[in-house]
Amino acid sequence: MTTQFDIMVGAPNQQAGPKPTAGDDTISNYTINFGPQHPAAHGVLRLIMELDGEIVERVDPHIGLLHRGTEKLIEYRTYAQALPYFDRLDYCSPMCMEHSYVLAVEKLMGLEVPLRAQYIRVLMAELTRISNHMLNLGSHIMDVGAMTPNLWLFEVREDTLQFYERVSGARMHANYFRVGGVHQDIPEKVLADMGEWLDTRLHLFEDAISLVADNRIFKQRNVDIGIVGKEDSLAWGFSGPMIRAAGIPWDLRKSQPYEVYDRMEFDIPIGTRGDCYDRFMVRVEEVRQSAKIMRQCLKEMPPGPIGTLDRKVFPPKRAEMKQSMEALIHHFKLYTEGYHVPAGEVYVATESPKGEFGVYLVADGTNKPYRCKIRPTGFSHLQAMDFMMKGHMLADTTAVLSAIDVVFGEVDR
Amino acid sequence: MIRAREGFVDAYRPAIGDAFVASREHVDELTITVKRDQLVEACRIARDKFGYQQLMEIAGVDYPERPERFEVNYHLLSVTENHRFRIKVTTDEDTPVPSVTSLWPVAGWLEREVFDLYGVTFAGNADLRRILTDYGFEGYPLRKDFPQTGYVELRYSEAEKRVIYEPVELPQDFRNFDFLMPWEGAEYRLPGDEKAVGQAPGAPSPAPAPSAPKVDAKAPPAQPKTTDTAAKTGAGAKANKAATKKSKAAPKAKGEGQPKGKKS
Repeated sequence: MTTQFDIMVGAPNQQAGPKPTAGDDTISNYTINFGPQHPAAHGVLRLIMELDGEIVERVDPHIGLLHRGTEKLIEYRTYAQALPYFDRLDYCSPMCMEHSYVLAVEKLMGLEVPLRAQYIRVLMAELTRISNHMLNLGSHIMDVGAMTPNLWLFEVREDTLQFYERVSGARMHANYFRVGGVHQDIPEKVLADMGEWLDTRLHLFEDAISLVADNRIFKQRNVDIGIVGKEDSLAWGFSGPMIRAAGIPWDLRKSQPYEVYDRMEFDIPIGTRGDCYDRFMVRVEEVRQSAKIMRQCLKEMPPGPIGTLDRKVFPPKRAEMKQSMEALIHHFKLYTEGYHVPAGEVYVATESPKGEFGVYLVADGTNKPYRCKIRPTGFSHLQAMDFMMKGHMLADTTAVLSAIDVVFGEVDR
Repeated sequence: MIRAREGFVDAYRPAIGDAFVASREHVDELTITVKRDQLVEACRIARDKFGYQQLMEIAGVDYPERPERFEVNYHLLSVTENHRFRIKVTTDEDTPVPSVTSLWPVAGWLEREVFDLYGVTFAGNADLRRILTDYGFEGYPLRKDFPQTGYVELRYSEAEKRVIYEPVELPQDFRNFDFLMPWEGAEYRLPGDEKAVGQAPGAPSPAPAPSAPKVDAKAPPAQPKTTDTAAKTGAGAKANKAATKKSKAAPKAKGEGQPKGKKS
């Protein structure tokens, strides 16, 4: 049975120049297919690699195997109906995807979000960041050969997903952030449990990282692999941990703070060499900083409404609908026609766990977006694969790919 | 949130010269429309003289009713000035947009994506292949005249033991519900409206009530109708007799018709 589950060896490249030699044997260039169903490809990525022996000469990533036409679908949906599609973009950090979208709509409408809702959003966004990094760090470690830390990190990730469920009702596709606020208030017990969890369970993460951070084999696989300098990372449109690993202290939470990030105290870790190890360690430190932000949120979160009181945008509570005719009408209108967004265009970016996740929204004054362009993070990073892989060994592909933190729901849309 | 950059437009406009077409600031976001053929120079000036190091996004938008139907938006970011702005050019199906891959290598895929989804071509992009759609895909799916359901679908054929492509067949037509209130929000035509010539698009306004005939209150009626004798009323002899009968003493109205015990 021919299988796509492993690296397939294709035909020797016809256009090879002078044949390189190793000893007495002549080696011709090979073109191989990495994926689209390779377990280390983090989804459906097809890399067409041109190899000289084991040295990668050229990489041509073929993406779009998970293209679902999200942007087209959103044009046919009302603003509220478009929201669940964002969960399905980067399915490893759903709430951060929703975040950019709701901020974009709110910016066009000029909506004020109550303080408690802003705290809840920041709290959940940081929980999402931890959740995302647990998956990425674990799979990064596993891609370069270590099994155990991944299992431990999945324990932590499982906890975060359970908090997701307790907060929003869904483990992954939360649909929790809404234009004007969040869907539901978080019960006090959940907040208390979250605080306890931060103090007691994150040691699993520290333990797992202690196994690899100074491990000689792990360093051999990652240090000096896929180096991207400051200039290049700017030119290739890097963002998030990728640009910070290159030594540029650029974090949208600090530089263009949204919600209540300007009240939070946290540090931005940056790398020194811009290699895969730096990207890994930047993410490790980000988890600690996220935990710090979550603690501050839990401490400072004020009581109050969790959504704007503008009933033309944010639906009334169920109990209110039983009493008030007006509330019932508002609810009906919001879930059929929806709200109208004033005409205009807006580009809002947030710091998702993977980098800058932007939404370019063109509204024409109706209840549906005229155009919703999603700026995925991994798209630009993946494009630089060819640039990063040149001259590296075939086995380094997985390390570079993991350090990009690529998720195809988002890249392909 | 991003703050406006003081005096940027005033400095940038003379710097790019006659490439400048228009600028607009809306919800703290700056959009500068430039001439298509001078796009690369405008971008180079923004990058080298004004510090917009990063090209974050290229977004196409389709407006089928315009003569140049496509807009291409370049979102630039400055990590030193902490500012974003948008450069906009317009084009149609046949006119290529100059590629900015010479300035930012990241533009390669971003332009490929606009080409793939809208069919906008980029002159100077060496690798303008489709990127997101399927191998061998036809059409440009994000154009407004491309249906949401597409034209082909694929499935695994048990008979042929391979994946085959077929025309889209829907068990139920795609229902695009229109919940817009007809008298609030966008102007749109209901089926049949096109027959109403000269009417503004949107719901037809109710027809005006037929105007009442003019009445001159002062002028006497042309032929006042009178009944000269009781016999001519046409009610019959018995009724005539009853009509001419006079009551001896008309009862005096008590309380002038105001029923007792009721307050108005």
